[in-house]
Amino acid sequence: MNFKYTCSALAIFAMSATAANAETLRLLTWGGYAPEAVIEKFEAETGHKVEVTKSNNEEMVAKLRATNGGGFDLIQPSQDRIAGAQEEFGIYKPLDLSKIDTSLFIDSMLEATKGNTMMDGKVFAVPHVWGTSGLVVNTKMAGSVKDYTDLCNADVAGKVSYRLKRPTLIGFAFAMGMDPFAAYGDADAYQGILDKVEAKLIECKANVKTYWDGGDEIKNLLRSGEVIASMAWDTGGWQLNADNADINFVAPASGALGWIDTFALPSRGRADEAAYAWINFVMQPEIAAMITSEAGNFTASKGGDAGVDDALKARYQTSFPQEAVDNIKWYPAVPAGLEALEGAVLDRVNAAQ
Amino acid sequence: MTSDKSKLGFFLLLSPLLLWLMTLIILPHVGMFFVSISEKVGVRQYETGFGNYAVFFNEPLYWNTFARTAYMSIAATFLTLLIGFPVAYYIAKLTKGRTKTTLFLMCLIPFWVSELVRTFGWMILLRETGVVSNFLQYIGLVDGPIEFLYNDAAIMTGLVYTSMLFMVVPLVTTLDSLDDSLIEAGYDLGGNGYTILREIIIPHAMPGIVSGCIVVFMLSLGNYLTPILLGGKDSLWFTGLIYSQFITRFNWELGSAFGFLLLGLSSLIVFVGLKLSRQSLTETMGR
Repeated sequence: MNFKYTCSALAIFAMSATAANAETLRLLTWGGYAPEAVIEKFEAETGHKVEVTKSNNEEMVAKLRATNGGGFDLIQPSQDRIAGAQEEFGIYKPLDLSKIDTSLFIDSMLEATKGNTMMDGKVFAVPHVWGTSGLVVNTKMAGSVKDYTDLCNADVAGKVSYRLKRPTLIGFAFAMGMDPFAAYGDADAYQGILDKVEAKLIECKANVKTYWDGGDEIKNLLRSGEVIASMAWDTGGWQLNADNADINFVAPASGALGWIDTFALPSRGRADEAAYAWINFVMQPEIAAMITSEAGNFTASKGGDAGVDDALKARYQTSFPQEAVDNIKWYPAVPAGLEALEGAVLDRVNAAQ
Repeated sequence: MTSDKSKLGFFLLLSPLLLWLMTLIILPHVGMFFVSISEKVGVRQYETGFGNYAVFFNEPLYWNTFARTAYMSIAATFLTLLIGFPVAYYIAKLTKGRTKTTLFLMCLIPFWVSELVRTFGWMILLRETGVVSNFLQYIGLVDGPIEFLYNDAAIMTGLVYTSMLFMVVPLVTTLDSLDDSLIEAGYDLGGNGYTILREIIIPHAMPGIVSGCIVVFMLSLGNYLTPILLGGKDSLWFTGLIYSQFITRFNWELGSAFGFLLLGLSSLIVFVGLKLSRQSLTETMGR
């Protein structure tokens, strides 16, 4: 009798404990980073609820800026959007690394991200998903396209697309033999690089069919054959490759541009416990493999690539021989104020006739 | 006593409107104005001044874009009027009863789906591998695929289509109120179709024309989706500039200044339009 009472009391206690601890995690992330199956498992295991909002880098920063860092509990901007945005708008709060199981992370990536997002000795982000942007090419029709500047070749005129965003500026600068990342700290030198890129992009404009905005838009254009060469993300290329073997992601001669999407806490987030629980949950190798299958990109989870299907691995290896991996240009943190210089250039390119 | 009661009723009825105006229109604009007059001088350092407005006038790109947006919107307004007037006249004067209701409903039906869906519909029709291009190839008019998208004509098509309803409705209303016997009298006095249109119908419909034009012009000028999606690489539109200042450049100060300039300059254009057409706002809106 006594035993029974203790048991039920314990059960009630346990239930109320989970109820008190259960939080709603408002996650601001990219499409594919929080698959339905992963959310269900997480909710069943921890009792926390997850609400997902899909977005992109610029919108994430803009949204948090509008609310002074409120409205979300965990966000996933790229690592280059942490330090500058923090300095300017103060929208993040430092991570408590003791609450994160760092043994789940690939060490080199964890260290790189920590270094990149460090401010005043505090770490603001840990890595999650990484990938590159480079060229997606219909190899049968546009075999000549090996580098960003090849998009301006006459033989692909009118069948080319890229975004009017900063990766395009960076990619063209590298392909033109300059190193924009080295000039990040020096506004005048950077402006010099941008001026040359601007002239090139204006000259190249006649070649462009349209500037694409969203991932689905460029995939449609490539699939229909209206565009045969484009700057795009590696996953987009691999997805198209599954449907049409002629189309694939090509790491440009001057180097693919590597990004790492991170976990960061908004400064006024309310469900930190749930956020840390989510980080530790999705970095487990088997969960990371589920996310890789959904998003198409690999994660910073140690052993997370083991459970990924062979077709995706094969595509990755075709696009990235070892020297191409070594040649990846990883985005360093964007200093505050750089966007204004780039924005003026992009506006002028957009307006050029 | 009664006057107190009616006053209370007056304020109670007024309060939703006041609340709406204050919280959703006036307060955000006041906030935006203060953002627009703060100039960024460094990281988290701002000064008060009109530098952001000066940027608009000093950089030809920005006022060129505004001018382009304005004249494209004016052109779209005129096109909408040219197409909408016969449609409205037909609905108001030449049909009766159920036919009239049906035709009116048919003008309305496209607006049951969202603007985004309608714009994507146009993209499916006009793209290189789209319906129109394939049809032209099928009937043998052209040899290869044609790209109809990503140019000014595509933007214009989208704008006219999007705003047609807002021209037709006020026109039908004013034309409905025109007594048919006036037109008959015009014929009796020896007028022909053209003189009757010029002397009787248009003067009578003028308030409807003007209010339709104002609405269509404002909608086109403030449109974001249609120019961006249909215009492609040449889709320079002022609202697009504002969006990119706010979202991709993190430059809310300049974006707010652009927002105010759009408000001011578009009001100015409407004012000039009213003066040219010798209509007053009260007369146009009061009908």
